[in-house]
Amino acid sequence: MPSAAPILTSDQLEAFGAELEAIRTRVIADLGERDADYINKVIRAQRGLEVAGRGLLMAGFLPPAWLAGTAALSVSKILDNMEIGHNVMHGQYDWLKDPRLDGNTFEWDTACPGDQWRHSHNYVHHTHTNIVGKDRDIGYGILRMSEQQPWRPYYLGNPIYATLLALLFQYGVAVHDLETDQMPTTEAGLQQRSEMALEVWRKVRAQTLKDYILFPLLSGPSFPFVLAGNATANLTRNLWAFTIIFCGHFPSGTVEFTEQEAENETRAQWYYRQILGSANLTGGELFHIMAGNLSHQIEHHLFPDLPAHRYAEISADVRDICERYGIPYNTGPLHKQFASVVGRICRLALPPLPPQLGRVARRAVRLAPAPLTRPLAGFVHKMVGLMKPSTPPRTETSRPQPPAVLTPGRELIAA
Amino acid sequence: MLHSNLAEALAYPHGIDRYIELVRPLQVKGEMRAEVTGVHHQTAKSVTLTLAPSENWRGLRAGQFVGVSVVIDGVRETRPYSPAGSEHERNGTLELTVSTHPEGKVSRHLRDQAQPGMIVGLTAPQGQFVLPDPRPERVLLISGGSGITPVMAMLRTLCDEGYSGEIGFLNYARSPQLALYSGELAQLARRHHSLHVARGFTQGRAQGLKGRFGRKHLRAAGVDHRTAATYVCGPPTLIESVRALWAADGLKQPAVETFTAPVQRFETVAATGAVHFLASERTATNTGLPLLEQAEDAGLRPNHGCRMGICNTCATRKTEGTVRNIITGALSSACDEQIRLCVCVPVGDVALDL
Repeated sequence: MPSAAPILTSDQLEAFGAELEAIRTRVIADLGERDADYINKVIRAQRGLEVAGRGLLMAGFLPPAWLAGTAALSVSKILDNMEIGHNVMHGQYDWLKDPRLDGNTFEWDTACPGDQWRHSHNYVHHTHTNIVGKDRDIGYGILRMSEQQPWRPYYLGNPIYATLLALLFQYGVAVHDLETDQMPTTEAGLQQRSEMALEVWRKVRAQTLKDYILFPLLSGPSFPFVLAGNATANLTRNLWAFTIIFCGHFPSGTVEFTEQEAENETRAQWYYRQILGSANLTGGELFHIMAGNLSHQIEHHLFPDLPAHRYAEISADVRDICERYGIPYNTGPLHKQFASVVGRICRLALPPLPPQLGRVARRAVRLAPAPLTRPLAGFVHKMVGLMKPSTPPRTETSRPQPPAVLTPGRELIAA
Repeated sequence: MLHSNLAEALAYPHGIDRYIELVRPLQVKGEMRAEVTGVHHQTAKSVTLTLAPSENWRGLRAGQFVGVSVVIDGVRETRPYSPAGSEHERNGTLELTVSTHPEGKVSRHLRDQAQPGMIVGLTAPQGQFVLPDPRPERVLLISGGSGITPVMAMLRTLCDEGYSGEIGFLNYARSPQLALYSGELAQLARRHHSLHVARGFTQGRAQGLKGRFGRKHLRAAGVDHRTAATYVCGPPTLIESVRALWAADGLKQPAVETFTAPVQRFETVAATGAVHFLASERTATNTGLPLLEQAEDAGLRPNHGCRMGICNTCATRKTEGTVRNIITGALSSACDEQIRLCVCVPVGDVALDL
């Protein structure tokens, strides 16, 4: 909990927490057939798209079949990982008591073994959200994503590492829990890590066998087309997941915390940290489904175990609470949020500027990523535009700005 | 072909069943299911279903029960039912007679909603309430209310086997209108001379045995209870009376099966009862703390993460009992549900698969 955040008294903070708790209680009381129908429908769509995609790729020597098959398989993998896998593994559907949707046993179509994900994501990331040194989603052990991470010359490669991570995202996530940047010191630690590495290897092997050997072989003469289609689908999923996930905590305005700040938090303070550390994306219904509703990152971090398709419904209430308590609610369209993430990746590649450097130098640093971000932002903007936003994105001016005291690290650069 | 290793490798990681079931729900390999093929109502408070199980169903012994799963308002509910059909049913179908009670979510759902074509889930049969092999010389079957189903299965099985020993069949119902299998019992009694059927009605003035279970009723069942292999299924009061009489006569206690309805309401949340950790075979007195702490206090090391109901790492199957969620205050007493140990405190006895 940021000690330097005197914007709420402890009574106000508790009242704020109680209001959020009331939303949770209300949704839980309302859970039922609608939620079961929803997730079953998404699963049917995913399985249908997968079968259709793989079927079409068998005729992949015909360009339209290859394109349609690859597109269907890409969408299927995105749904599998995001709206189904990520959300089911949070236990969002445990209350259905359906063993097929049991959060503790569900497995997904990606390189990361479900059990390791449940630890690194559900526990480490969701409990210690945005605490530098504890939340490994800050930079995945290879990137500098926060001013609070001390700069080293290694980080000059930040944009390159980020690009590689995006391209190979499923493997980045898979080795995420191995803490590759920290060597275990004890024998038990080494033993545990080698077991985890073995699990990752088994999962990667099974995934590779399926996508890059069995399905291509099964297609006979279409072998290269199926191989290329499957690789493209995996790549598309990687890039999309990276984009959405990095927009969850790194657009400008999100706050990181120190371990001291988060010590002895109450639940209300924990809620407060979740909101300050997360950012939403605006878009249409289809966009939110494809984003696994992680476009409602704030609501997801408040209530990670509520069915994600409910986040849109409660977002107005969460936002209203935030406005009444003067807590910034960070949201914006994908192209804008992603551009700001790319900006941060590039900016943090460089060491913090000493104050004696002139205004010109600081401006140069701020503008440096623009040539990189502009074409990408334009592309993303077009993609999202195709999905027709159901609600007009809020303008920048109506968004409350975070209190300056909460972002000491950023002040160094932006001030 | 569909269930080959190749198919499984292609369907990794979900498994081929998850694709097959979208088209043919009965052809999955990893789960047992059944299709309802017949529905009839013997009484106003019951429904009798004929179930055609999937190919992976391996049959059951008369008297055993199976977990039957249905989806109600999206939630999968599982309840134990003892099929009433013979072990030797020729086409392998199962017969379920489900009696409703006012709080019975699943029983009322089945009575009101079951239609031919409906798919239900089945668990493997369980229970030691079965006839021994070889069959005993004399058999006495005592039942009350919906408890008639497992002994009906035994009776039908013995009749199918051409069993020549004596069978006493003593059954209680509230009234003839609510009595199950009346026509068939009368028919079987006519056909099998060694079968004696005696029925008691606890309400009204219908013909039959008067009052509740006692020595007189045993005589009406026509089998010497001291030498017969006895099977009792029914409400706790019936079972207690039978046990008392057997104890008074210095006899070995009969085989007993009972299904008690879960307690539905709690007024207080005092720390009472015990926590049973089934997998580790330990029991601890309920201290009123969250189950995660109680498990740790008992020397167990359950998997856990946030300890605040967020990450779901500690989700564990609760097989019995009621817990209160300390965040929502909600009580939950369903059997076989996943609970988060870190935010659930037991209300009375609780059993965990831990």
